[in-house]
Amino acid sequence: MYDAPASEQKVNQQTTKISARKVQVYYGDTHAIKDVDVDIEDRTVTAFIGPSGCGKSTFLRCLNRMNDTIDVARIEGDILLDGEDIYDKKVDPVQLRAKVGMVFQKPNPFPKSIYDNIAYGPRIHGLAKNKADLDEIVEKSLRRGAIWNEVKDRLHAPGTGLSGGQQQRLCIARAIATEPEVLLMDEPCSALDPIATGQVEELIDELRESYSVVIVTHSMQQAARVSQKTAFFHLGNLVEYGETGQIFTNPVDPRTESYITGRIG
Amino acid sequence: MPIFWLVLIVLAIGAAGYVAGRRRALASAGGDSRHLHSLPSYYGSNVAIKAVVPAFLLMIVWLLVQPLYVSNTVSGMLPQSAIPDNSSRGLVMAEVRRAAEGMNNAVAQGLMSEEFAGNARADVADVTQRLKDAGQIVTSQVTQPILRAAQRYRVMNSTGGQMMTIAVLVLSVLGSLWGLRESQAEYRARNIVERSIRALLVGAASIAVLTTLGIVLSLVFNTVEFFRLYPATDFFFGLNWAPSFSGRGGSSDLGILPLLWGTFYISLVALVVAVPIGLFAAIYLSEYASPRIRSFAKPLLEVLAGIPTIVYGLFALLTVGPLLLGVFGDEGLGIMQAGTAVMTAGLVLGIMLIPFVSSLSDDIINAVPQAMRDGSYGLGATKSETIKQVVLPAALPGIVGAILLAASRAIGETMIVVLGAGAAARLSLNPFEAMTTVTAKIVSQLTGDADFASPEALVAFALGMTLFVITLGLNIFALYIVRKYREQYE
Repeated sequence: MYDAPASEQKVNQQTTKISARKVQVYYGDTHAIKDVDVDIEDRTVTAFIGPSGCGKSTFLRCLNRMNDTIDVARIEGDILLDGEDIYDKKVDPVQLRAKVGMVFQKPNPFPKSIYDNIAYGPRIHGLAKNKADLDEIVEKSLRRGAIWNEVKDRLHAPGTGLSGGQQQRLCIARAIATEPEVLLMDEPCSALDPIATGQVEELIDELRESYSVVIVTHSMQQAARVSQKTAFFHLGNLVEYGETGQIFTNPVDPRTESYITGRIG
Repeated sequence: MPIFWLVLIVLAIGAAGYVAGRRRALASAGGDSRHLHSLPSYYGSNVAIKAVVPAFLLMIVWLLVQPLYVSNTVSGMLPQSAIPDNSSRGLVMAEVRRAAEGMNNAVAQGLMSEEFAGNARADVADVTQRLKDAGQIVTSQVTQPILRAAQRYRVMNSTGGQMMTIAVLVLSVLGSLWGLRESQAEYRARNIVERSIRALLVGAASIAVLTTLGIVLSLVFNTVEFFRLYPATDFFFGLNWAPSFSGRGGSSDLGILPLLWGTFYISLVALVVAVPIGLFAAIYLSEYASPRIRSFAKPLLEVLAGIPTIVYGLFALLTVGPLLLGVFGDEGLGIMQAGTAVMTAGLVLGIMLIPFVSSLSDDIINAVPQAMRDGSYGLGATKSETIKQVVLPAALPGIVGAILLAASRAIGETMIVVLGAGAAARLSLNPFEAMTTVTAKIVSQLTGDADFASPEALVAFALGMTLFVITLGLNIFALYIVRKYREQYE
């Protein structure tokens, strides 16, 4: 189960990127997230694991305020990005989301060309001064999304015409194009076949050099392969958080052990 | 026997057959329904279907064929001398039918005995008088051949009716006996019943399709007839619309272009009104409105779609027209002569189309997956950027389809333009002038005393056919676009 050498590498920088304290989330009357404290480090892949409905996706969506679009959701507690409270009234959620990008479970390319899909974010945020600049951003993002070689000859073909794995890498490239500081990934491989999953995982590992990546996954193997830190959620509680190796080999909490050995979940 | 009673009796046979079939099937399984192939009610239904359906089919066919057969026979009886010079066999037959019906009513009222009505030697004047006494409309003196024919007509109809009653009842009883004989435990009654239900559904669908076909065919035949009387090139390329009813053909100008122009112009104004308002309303309702506002605003908007078009017509004639005249008329800008104008009809037609555009667009915008919106928000886009750059482009083909459907409704709309647009057929660019449309002219060509043999009346079919082809083309195009859009997300 625990066999990826990449995640065993020592993380050299240990600066905290996001720090959450006493986070509570309510959906109407349901208490979905209870008292979660977590520090997410820069240039690290952090995995959230746990059984379905345990709140890991909900917590992920708190980190870029995607829950704001849900009327009944209510959030308490503090979430600090680089020391600034993201739920402060001064903070514009739209700008926050440019800094904290997100990749979703199902690939969701816009019904536009591949080029326009990537250029969408930079255009909105005015990141390119001219056409040549934009071309460069698109190329750079597609290269970093590890999909450039497959699409460079058909940049103006619709993004929806790509295969599932290609679409997901396109979505990752699209998220990178706005130059976020944190990349949130909500089960990015659950709709992909093993080959495409491998490509995306490889990509995630490369992204670690420049971003803080938070990934929600149902696959414990995947968490073990790609992440350096792992957080185990259960019934809305953060049960255990630590080095991935330690969580998978020597968990402290009996619930974590039950989950990773397949007894609950 | 009146048809009503016949229907009731057949239904009663069916009901009795249902009970008997059910019981017989149960008895064949020794009273234990678990040993039956199907549930007991299927055996009953099987008998009822066999008792009722063939009997009713026979009755319908008989009712359709008998009048044709009787008319043909009686019409063949009429000597050539009985048909006046300025009349036709058809008109004389109408007279015969009227006389026969009159005699039926007179007998029913007791003013005439059955023997008298059937008496071949009855005095013509006496019969006429008695018919008049009975309140029957008799246009002229009933002549001897007509009286004979009418009597024959009555006799044939009544024997035909009796024969039909007997045949239908016999068929019904035979059918139920057949069904009863089948009511044995191993008989697959459920499959038969389900097959009959399928036949019923197929029948309903084919009636709808065949009716459409019938309408098209009647249009085609009359259009061909029109083009025999009036040159097609003059119709399609003529710039002048001036039908004359007095001259009986020849002197009429029946060019469709001014009417098509009017139709096109009014529809254009309507779409200019309806598309932005409807689309913006749809965007508000689907993207911005809270569920509470949406839950009462949407039905309220759709109430507009439920208003009869004649009411819109009145609104155009009595409210919008005078209002526009106040602004653009002689007291205002002086470019409008009367309340009825392209603008009046176009505005009101546009209002009528708003719910059409907004409701369809709303559905289409809602069909854009939430994942699209999430993707855009996740990149730091605002709501309006998301709508403008992701949701609307994704929904665009569907919205175009909705607009094309709205356009085909605008082209086919009649009442608003009859009341709001005026009656003058002209080619003009001024939207404050009265113009007329294809539909309005169809109404005016066919209302009143129309002689259906003249090109002035038959032109209505050619107009209708043209309109039908245009709207059909638009609809097919719209459906094609909508379907193409749907494929994207499935």
